[in-house]
Amino acid sequence: MSKKLWTAKVREAWQRNLPIEKLLPDTQPAYVASWIYVFGVLTLAAFSIILISGLALAFAGPAWYHTSSFGHWVNSLHFWSVQLFFVFMVIHLWGKFWMAAWRGKRLMTWITGSIAFVASIATAFTGYLIQTNFDSQWIAFEAKDGFNSVGIGAFFNVTNLGQMLLLHVAFLPLILGAITFVHVIMVRKRGVVPPIDADENNTKVDSK
Amino acid sequence: MRKKLNSKEVFDTKPWSGKLREYDIIKEGVIAVVVVSLLVVSLSFLFGSPDEKTLTFRGWAQSNSDNFYATTVQELAGTSTSTTYGRPYNSNGDGLNVGPLFLQKWAGVTHRVTPAKDFVIKPLTLEVQPVEVAAALATWKSATSAQKTKWASNLDNAITKKDGKVMAVPAGDFGPVPALAKGLTEMAKSGALDAALLSQGGFFQTDSTKQILFFGDGAYLDDAGTAANLQGGTWGMMNETGRYPGQAWLWLYSFWYQIPPFNNSDSHPIGANADAYIMFIMGALSLGLVLMPLIPGIRAIPVRIPIHRAIWRNYYANEGIKPRKD
Repeated sequence: MSKKLWTAKVREAWQRNLPIEKLLPDTQPAYVASWIYVFGVLTLAAFSIILISGLALAFAGPAWYHTSSFGHWVNSLHFWSVQLFFVFMVIHLWGKFWMAAWRGKRLMTWITGSIAFVASIATAFTGYLIQTNFDSQWIAFEAKDGFNSVGIGAFFNVTNLGQMLLLHVAFLPLILGAITFVHVIMVRKRGVVPPIDADENNTKVDSK
Repeated sequence: MRKKLNSKEVFDTKPWSGKLREYDIIKEGVIAVVVVSLLVVSLSFLFGSPDEKTLTFRGWAQSNSDNFYATTVQELAGTSTSTTYGRPYNSNGDGLNVGPLFLQKWAGVTHRVTPAKDFVIKPLTLEVQPVEVAAALATWKSATSAQKTKWASNLDNAITKKDGKVMAVPAGDFGPVPALAKGLTEMAKSGALDAALLSQGGFFQTDSTKQILFFGDGAYLDDAGTAANLQGGTWGMMNETGRYPGQAWLWLYSFWYQIPPFNNSDSHPIGANADAYIMFIMGALSLGLVLMPLIPGIRAIPVRIPIHRAIWRNYYANEGIKPRKD
């Protein structure tokens, strides 16, 4: 009877696909033992600092950091967390490429991860446009031509500070956060991809 | 019909049944946040962050009044970059195209900018002007379009002949244009133009399109970009002011601007439409990245080039796993 309820269906699908043991594991395959594996979680850690420092900047307004030394420091936190975010993410992406991490029905994990990379570039770009300093004047002037040349500039106007500010603060982080959430869920659901050279003939079943 | 999976593909799909190791996902997350926080705080204290002050029309008119004056004349003559730009600002040009795709033209005018009116006449009208400027404004407003263009073009050409030296220009048939250009230059020098362009006659304003376009018509912004090593031809899209890392992740986008035919605007059709071609190329490459696992050849690279032997070297060594033959 309860199976007909949408809520019950969603709950059962969730339990079937992503039980709590998968979501919060206390074991993982023995091959997950390389420093390359830390760059995914480091990217998430940098993203969390970007969100917190960005929230502080958003509360005080886009011009605050020009006149407050504390504000400038918060801006520095935001700046360096973005730089590290991209360093970690690019290493993570290269690592996953060399592992051919899309194997074993993990195509959507790769797709969501690479979309997150592209979305991150768009989000960072709008951040550079709302610095309200010379750099943002220059970037707006230079970048408008590329977007205008393919018609995107007609509705994504990089010289419109208000539009870029809202997109950077209210829209793009939500999109990026949502894609990242789906990506992480996919990783937990499918598990970490097995080594390229491992197969059923050379993998001993765990005795525990 | 669904493709039948081989035994390796089936193996990769199944939940891992081999050896396990202990893993504390919460602890890993907490340590990652602590380590990255310490790194970020250290970098912020050590290096701070860039924040070059904005350029202003006041700074432009004070440091290079001849260029500001000449640019104002170009706005009135209709020869400035903004006036001839086309979409999305006006219909005075078709913009760029890739083959038969005129996307810039098709997108239409969505942020109308009329430089002569928006950059010169309207700001002058917002202020109480000296008698000669007020009289020039009245003369300009009552003249025909053809007459306006003739006056401003005469002065524009005369300034060009004198290599931009306004004081060297002899008297000519310029109508009210010299008084208007001088009036706007004086207004800019005082800082009043910054306020007038910002307010656009209203109270709230969050759109800086007109200011950026006006800046781009003159030499002031361009010279500042060159001095800061930010020009597109020198990887400027990924540079930052001062000695700070910029948007290094835009390296591939910047790369195309460094090589022919993209770096030669006289080369047709690609160089002359480089912005559009590069946007298409980057769009295609981004799509290629997202769909890489579906591209034959590229998806086989990580299997063929055995960097994975280094990534999983301990596991392979402990389990005695040799490279696969297939």
